[in-house]
Amino acid sequence: MNYLITLLLISGLVFFTGGSIGILRLPDFYTRLHPAGKLDTAGQFFTMSAIALFILQDFALANFLTAAKIVLIVIFVYITSPTATHAIVDAGVRAGLKPWTKEGQI
Amino acid sequence: MDSVFLYSGFYLTLIMLLPLYRAIFGPTVLDRLVGVNAIGSKTTVMLILVGLIYGRVDMFVDIALAYALLNFIAVLAASRYFQKKKGLYEE
Repeated sequence: MNYLITLLLISGLVFFTGGSIGILRLPDFYTRLHPAGKLDTAGQFFTMSAIALFILQDFALANFLTAAKIVLIVIFVYITSPTATHAIVDAGVRAGLKPWTKEGQI
Repeated sequence: MDSVFLYSGFYLTLIMLLPLYRAIFGPTVLDRLVGVNAIGSKTTVMLILVGLIYGRVDMFVDIALAYALLNFIAVLAASRYFQKKKGLYEE
């Protein structure tokens, strides 16, 4: 069971690493939203599921309530993270930001 | 098992420095907003890891839930506010 928890935790950290490097290195504002929207949500899902499995190892009612709250956080993030990303894209489009192209060709 | 969570917290803190660069030196205001959003989504995980290290998960889960809500509201309000100011983005 501990190996499964460690594997889930490490895969979540890998997703977080990819999202951070993508935010740092991609050329444009619109392309930077792609790792910020997707990879952070996936990393949060894997890490939270690892922590919920660790809490549910010794089974009691209080631990079950804590794990249910963690599941609620994951559901909340899955609803609100695309909404926040769409709000930022909408602000960029209304302000008239041009998307990045290779120089000279539109 | 405690040391796994401890080193995961250290690594997550190191990873948070990369969106912090984007939040400080970002060319436009919306880039800074993306960086702050990424730091907030990592902090939600970080708070529960801190709760596991201290042994008080039942308290820190509520703080993490409130932080996720606050992060969402902050990004939504800031993006609604900054879309009215044209000419702010071309530096």
